[in-house]
Amino acid sequence: MRPLGKLAAVAALSVLAVSACGGGGTPAQSAGPKTLRMTVWTASEPHLTLLNEIAAEYKKTHPEVAEIKFESIPAETYTTTLTTQIAGGNPPDLAWILEGSAPDFVASGALAPIKAKLDNAADLIPSVTKLWEKDGELYAYPFSTSPFGMFVNTDLLEDAGQDDPADLVKSGEWTWEKAMAMSAAVAKKGKAGLVIPDFDDYKNWTNLSTIWGGWGASAWSADGKTCTFNSPEMVEAMTFFHKSVFTDKAVPGPGTTVDFTAGDAAMAVSQISRAGTLKEAGFGWDLVPLPKGPKGEYAVIGQAGVGVLKRSPNAELATDFLAFFTNQANSAKLAQFFPPPRQSLLTAETLAKSNPLLKQEQLQQVVIEGIGKGVVKPTHTGQEELLQTVRTALDPLWKPGADVKAVLDGVCAKIQPMLGA
Amino acid sequence: MVVTEAETRAVAERAAARRPFWTIRRRDYLVGYLFITPQLAGSVVFVLLPLVLVGWYSMQEWNVLAGTFEFTGAENYAKLAADANLRSVLAATGIFSAGLVALNLTLALLLAILLNQRLRGTTLFRTLFFSPVLVSLVAWTIVWKFLLQAEGGINGVLGAAGIDGPNWLRGEATAMLSVIVVQVIKNVGLNMVLFLAALQGVPAQLYEAAKMDGAGAWTRFRRITVPLISPTILLTSIITVVGSLQVFAQIAVLTQGGPGTSTTVLIYYLYQQAFQFHHFGYGATISVLLFLIVAALTLLQWRLRRKWVFNEA
Repeated sequence: MRPLGKLAAVAALSVLAVSACGGGGTPAQSAGPKTLRMTVWTASEPHLTLLNEIAAEYKKTHPEVAEIKFESIPAETYTTTLTTQIAGGNPPDLAWILEGSAPDFVASGALAPIKAKLDNAADLIPSVTKLWEKDGELYAYPFSTSPFGMFVNTDLLEDAGQDDPADLVKSGEWTWEKAMAMSAAVAKKGKAGLVIPDFDDYKNWTNLSTIWGGWGASAWSADGKTCTFNSPEMVEAMTFFHKSVFTDKAVPGPGTTVDFTAGDAAMAVSQISRAGTLKEAGFGWDLVPLPKGPKGEYAVIGQAGVGVLKRSPNAELATDFLAFFTNQANSAKLAQFFPPPRQSLLTAETLAKSNPLLKQEQLQQVVIEGIGKGVVKPTHTGQEELLQTVRTALDPLWKPGADVKAVLDGVCAKIQPMLGA
Repeated sequence: MVVTEAETRAVAERAAARRPFWTIRRRDYLVGYLFITPQLAGSVVFVLLPLVLVGWYSMQEWNVLAGTFEFTGAENYAKLAADANLRSVLAATGIFSAGLVALNLTLALLLAILLNQRLRGTTLFRTLFFSPVLVSLVAWTIVWKFLLQAEGGINGVLGAAGIDGPNWLRGEATAMLSVIVVQVIKNVGLNMVLFLAALQGVPAQLYEAAKMDGAGAWTRFRRITVPLISPTILLTSIITVVGSLQVFAQIAVLTQGGPGTSTTVLIYYLYQQAFQFHHFGYGATISVLLFLIVAALTLLQWRLRRKWVFNEA
């Protein structure tokens, strides 16, 4: 059996060789023109066309760049795919980062600092950059800050004999109680009431912050160390939502998918970037701010940043491209799809130019005021594990007759050890 | 003439030097190794090496984002032993595998016996039952996800019959049942074909002789069919048990391990830990556990074959 013995030795040696360069290895830097790669989660043709235009312009003045590639990865598996690329020693040079992953990416030191290179960094709105900062340094450019608003199907509401939400906003009567009652009235007539498209599978619970914000509730304390899922405000908010789903039937229950854009629901809580999908809607619609809760007006924003991977062999060049990509002129172009983080660009006039589907009043109420007072959806280091743990613990809530307080106590029992660590 | 010892040794050394290195035996070895090299290289690079690496990674704390890679010895194993989720994950894995294997083998054998009859249209039915095997797994599962929704096709049919169907993928027991049944229907055709081939290999005269001795249908099945197709039962049960521990896509698409953790089987838990939570080292530790379970079950079945497989005693 000696040949086998040798074979084993060879195998063992190659294992040592491979493992010795595993983990910390970075691809060697090559001379000559370089290719930059940016991972994005959009595959939309107009988005990619704009990105490629900006890239082409940059290449004109930078002969050292051979190509800038935008790699589309589906949003559902985006972070998993990105971290797998990083684990495999093949990180992109630049990457879009979802707000949920922001604390992990910023805290781990995976991203390169960019503040010094950015064009007119003083123009960035502080509340918007907060998530992407550590020790005064900025680690990603928040290229999209998209508030949640309420899309309403005015035809369905009228058919059900309900008021126009825009009028209710004016008279100050636009509350969650009212919105749910109106949705329930539409649901009684056969169509669905209120939907939360990103929560239609009853899994991605961070989207519920668009409701519990009205009660002043939060998932955890501001310092991230204490679970507040069982606070009286949260219990009240979740009791309200549970009742809306299972008693009043204002919200379709779990296991049902309803498409607002097809005209099948009265209201949808969604980000303004979804307005584009209503271009050819065969029904009357409007966009209004989120209803008031018992604690008054509030807003919730979703965010996305773009950062440079520190381990990219072209990190310096990538940072330079990022500065160009997000300069004043290009930010204005990007604003047609992604609400910009720059004070100077965040005016109803600028936004109206690039959002022909929305009226200036809508942009002012939902986007500009929303970004000003908006709270980002719940984020935390170790986000994915927290998301999963909370989702698992919340599952017993999504059935009729659930004990809301007991379920929420259960959520805190599960995640408090993870937060405290 | 006296030949000295030194002279003898010198002659022997010269003879040894003249002997060619490529003896027939060595050439045979070389040819043999050359023939198996492509396969061997593939196995070493894609099976053996990853296997060894997984063992190595399982002893590391690997922070992908920070790019740190620290040797922690048996720490991950201690963490696994103390993991509060492990018990429910193993229970779900056990229920899933046992349910799948029992249902799959019983149904496959039943279908094979039915389709082994000389009846009109059996070819059509054989094709019908086998066709899901050829369908893309994810496409198959997505279609079932729609059918199993609260207001999906299944409940539509049940509703027409006056039955108020459950919300299949949201109840703990019904979710597990749904995942098992979807997987069984997908793959039962493969085992059915294997059983069919085995059934057709049973000599007809044995049945005739048994009939003349007065054996009824059940006795003939128990005393003749089962023993003679037992090698196939062994094969299908090994394939199905091993396969049941690797079912991932169906769970990822249908339930994502929920509701609660009721359908979080070991391989899905592994995926969550490694690829969703970025605990790659701990994920490797779980895969070592999965490997040991598969190896132990296969070994057990292989050992037991002497007891119940015909011609193996």
